[in-house]
Parts: sequence; structure tokens; C-alpha cells
Amino acid sequence: MSTLEVKNVTKRFGSLVAVRDVSMTVAKGELRAVIGPNGAGKTTFFNLVSGFFAPTAGSILFEGRDVAAFTPQERVGLGMARTFQITEIFPELTVFENVRIATEVAAGYRLRPWLSRADTAEVRHRVEETLALAALSSKANRLVGELAHGDQRAAEIAMALALKPRLLLLDEPTAGMGDQETYEITQLVRRLHKDGNLTIVLIEHDMRVVFHLADRITVLDQGSFLAEGTPQEIATNEAVQTAYLGKAA
Amino acid sequence: MKPELQKQTKQWVRAAGVAAIWAALISAPFWMPLFGGYTALGTRVLVLGLAAMSVNFLLGFTGVLSFGHAAWFGLGAYGAGFVLKWAVLSTPVAVIAGTLLGGIAGALLGALLVRRRGVYFAMVTIAFGQVFYYIAFQWSSVTGGDDGLRGFERQPLDFGAFSLDLLHNDVYFFYFALFCFAVAVTLMALILRSPFGRTMIAIRENERRARFLGIPIEFHIWAAFSLSCFFMALAGALYALLNNFADPRVFHYSLSGDFVIMAVMGGMRTFWGPLLGAIVFVVLQDYISSVTVNWMSFIGILIVLIVLFFPRGILGLIEQRRAA
Repeated sequence: MSTLEVKNVTKRFGSLVAVRDVSMTVAKGELRAVIGPNGAGKTTFFNLVSGFFAPTAGSILFEGRDVAAFTPQERVGLGMARTFQITEIFPELTVFENVRIATEVAAGYRLRPWLSRADTAEVRHRVEETLALAALSSKANRLVGELAHGDQRAAEIAMALALKPRLLLLDEPTAGMGDQETYEITQLVRRLHKDGNLTIVLIEHDMRVVFHLADRITVLDQGSFLAEGTPQEIATNEAVQTAYLGKAA
Repeated sequence: MKPELQKQTKQWVRAAGVAAIWAALISAPFWMPLFGGYTALGTRVLVLGLAAMSVNFLLGFTGVLSFGHAAWFGLGAYGAGFVLKWAVLSTPVAVIAGTLLGGIAGALLGALLVRRRGVYFAMVTIAFGQVFYYIAFQWSSVTGGDDGLRGFERQPLDFGAFSLDLLHNDVYFFYFALFCFAVAVTLMALILRSPFGRTMIAIRENERRARFLGIPIEFHIWAAFSLSCFFMALAGALYALLNNFADPRVFHYSLSGDFVIMAVMGGMRTFWGPLLGAIVFVVLQDYISSVTVNWMSFIGILIVLIVLFFPRGILGLIEQRRAA
């Protein structure tokens, strides 16, 4: 069974059709990149998958279950987690506290008025594990709002990881980053994918990142599906070159 | 200093600060007269401080501004008054009944509110408060209307072997209020340090992130709102007992505004700030109103100065200094 199966989704905003009849199947353990020129509907498509809003038509199957009408919270509960194009974190809390909130929610403690010593220790342990995975251990006690942009992105990914997702959705993980930061985030995503065997879908503008990371690529153009294939196939696809790479050249 | 050591030092300073606050509160009846204060003024500070802290539980820690919290304060006050006047001659029963009346009403009406945000939320809370204000104002046969609810007084606290005369001994009543205050404030602190409390702070910090961590935002805001209503109603019940009287103004939005002012003045991102704000507010009101009826303009000037120069409030400023 594929992890994510998007079937013929359409999203209309009034008379504007932002996403038109797009389908996509992501296998377990795959890293899929969704690319397309500006206005291709990538972000809308992403918001449909993560539950930011519901599709006008079509279905979204996560591990075989149609989640199209589910709230973000219900999708998180099933094992989907996302990050945002503009970093969404808790700026006035420390890195540790940011990840702890995610960890406690994932553990089902969100309504607990107190935690036992054992539970507290267990949460702390899990937070430290997650921070180590995201290479943030040394910054655990810093306020997230004071970190460099790249570290804030890493912190956001760490929060998503703390939810123990089986599908991770990354919205432009390297947006606004310099070369060094881009490299570090790329390495992090690669580790999660290769070592953690995590299924990942990401939107990305930086083609170096896309071609370095992706197993398969889906190309959208003007809200519609344009092409899908391995990075080699996409690089040599004429329709894609005309619509996208061609324009850039 | 090493970060670990620094953290420990911070914790010690914080613990010492909290200990100092409790010591000052417990000994208040003994040192206040030295500064021209009187015990009932101290009780007033406690009661309004608890109210301001309740508003801040929501405002400072969930990021939700209620401009109508006097509604639950007022229900607490009238609830306590009704019990003493018509039902049971017992101070604790009156306090508990007032707390439950305001808290449960807040929880029920809060369910209608939580989908609103920001200004809209604040406007609807004002509207609810004013509804209760006009009910209390118009329904004279039950509430005493404009004259207020009279004909009840604090009852002695009976411990079997001995009893404490809360009515004629202001110091006894101060300690009774302090006990209630301590219970409420301890509960608040425990909630804020719990996983649930951390979800409140998450919502304040970034609602979208919180939602996509799987927190059902509306439910958590409702829960925080309801809890703050119970604390608020407790303050209201104590307020009625303090005055042996309740009038419709306890529901009025200007009182809600006073609570917000206390919280902002003292420091809304801090736990104890609103109490400090209440002290400044109540003491200034007491002293200046004996000189001029326009005492509110002095408070106004002070608020403008604080908001302009210390946007984090008095306690927020102190904490910032210490962190720097």
C-alpha cells in the first residue's frame, strides 16, 4: 500500500482553479519533490494534503484511508506532519521547549494537568533524541526566535519529527537560505530519508536540492499535472523544459 | 558562568522572589499600617489581584484578550450574595457557590466564543458582560437593581472547637481571602507548568504551528477560558464578601478594562505581574481618590508611560534587566 495517494484533487477559490485534477502516488520510504513555476499551485496542493483546507473535489488517501475531510489535527494523529514555507515556530520559547510541546502532544499528554517523574524523564529523553537527530543539541536552551534562519528551519523540522510522523511534508525547506544553510538542511533531510527511512514529500525551488534528494519528481504547471518521473526523466522531459526549465534558461 | 550554573542561579533567584512575595503577603496586616495602609485595603489588593491574574491567565499565557471578564467576576459576587441572603449562612459555601456559578456560566458561554479571534473575541466578551450588567440592573426584585444586592454579611468561620469572626475582624478575613488566593494561584501555577499549560503558551506563540502539531485549538482555548472564569468568579465571590454588598457595576465592562489595565501595567507575560499591577492600581486609587475625584486620569498617565516605555510592564522590565 502506498503511503500517500492523491486522486484527482481540484481546489477552486471562487472562479479561480488553483489545483485542477491532480493525482500523485507516493510509495512508502520514497522522497518525492513537487516542483513547478511560480503559480503552479504547489503550495495549494500542499495545503490540501496537509489539511489546511479541504479539496473541492477528489480524494486524498493516507495509508489507504481517505483523509480529505479530516482536520489538520486528525491528520497529525494519523501520522502526517508538515513544516511551512515561512517558518512557524514558538519564537519566545527555547528550542527544547518547542520540541517538548510537540513531543508531549504526540505522546497524548496535551490535556494532562501533571506528569509523573517517569513520564517527564521519558519526554526529556525523546526531546533530546529528536534534537540530536536535527543537530540542535548544542542550541537546546537558546530561544528559537534568536537563532539563525537555518537553525529555525531545523527546529521546525525537529518539531515535525517529534510527532513521529510516517509522512513528512516539507514546504520549501531551504527557502531564503544561504549555501551553507541549504547544504545543512539538505543533509538533514537526506539523513531522515536514508537513515530514518521516512516518507517525505517536499516542495522546493532550489533545483540542486531537488535533484540531489528526490527519488521521484512531480511537476505542476498552472494548477495542473504536467509530468512525473525520476530526476533524470524530468531533466530530459521536453514539456517540463518548455514550461519550466526552458523559461529559466 | 557556565550555562548550567547560570540556570541554577536563575532558579534560585526566582524561588527567592516567590518566597519574598508570599512572605510579604502573609505579613501584610503587620507592616501595612506602618505605611498608612489598612487591612481591608490589603484584602482588596488580593481580590482584585486574583482577578487580574485570572484575566492574565488567558491574556498573557493563551494570548486571548477578554474585555468582559467582569461578567464572571460579577456572577461570582452575586452568587455568593444570593447564597448568604437566601440559602445557607456559611462563608465557604457562599464562596464555592459563587465560584461555581461564574465558572460554569463562563464555560457554557465560552463555548460560543472560541471561534472568534482578536478584536471579535474581545467585542463578544464585552457584549456578554453587558448583558449580565443590564440583567442585574433591571431585575430589581432579585438583584436589588441599581441599589445593589444588600442584606447579607460574611459569616463566622466555624471550626467546631472555635470560630473566627470574619465579619468584625478584618485580619481574619484577610487571611481567609489569602487562603483562597493561595489555592487559586497555586492551581494556576501548576496548570501553567503542565503539558496542558504548555499548549496554552504554544497557542499564544503561534496558533498555526500549534494547530499543525495536532492541538485542537478551539478546545484548548475554551478550556483555558473556562478555567480563568472559575478563578475570576472566585475573586468576585470574595469581593462581595469583602464589601458585604454587590451592585451591577461588578459586571460592567469598565471593571473588565481595569483588570486588563492591571495585567498590562504589571506585566502580562509574567505570572506575578498582574498582582503588582493590582497593588499599584488599588493603592493609587485609594490615595489619590482621597485628594481628587479625577484619580483615573493619574492612572491613565501612568498606563501611557508604562505602555510607551516599558511595554512588558513593571515586572516584565525587572525580569528583562535581570536577564541582561
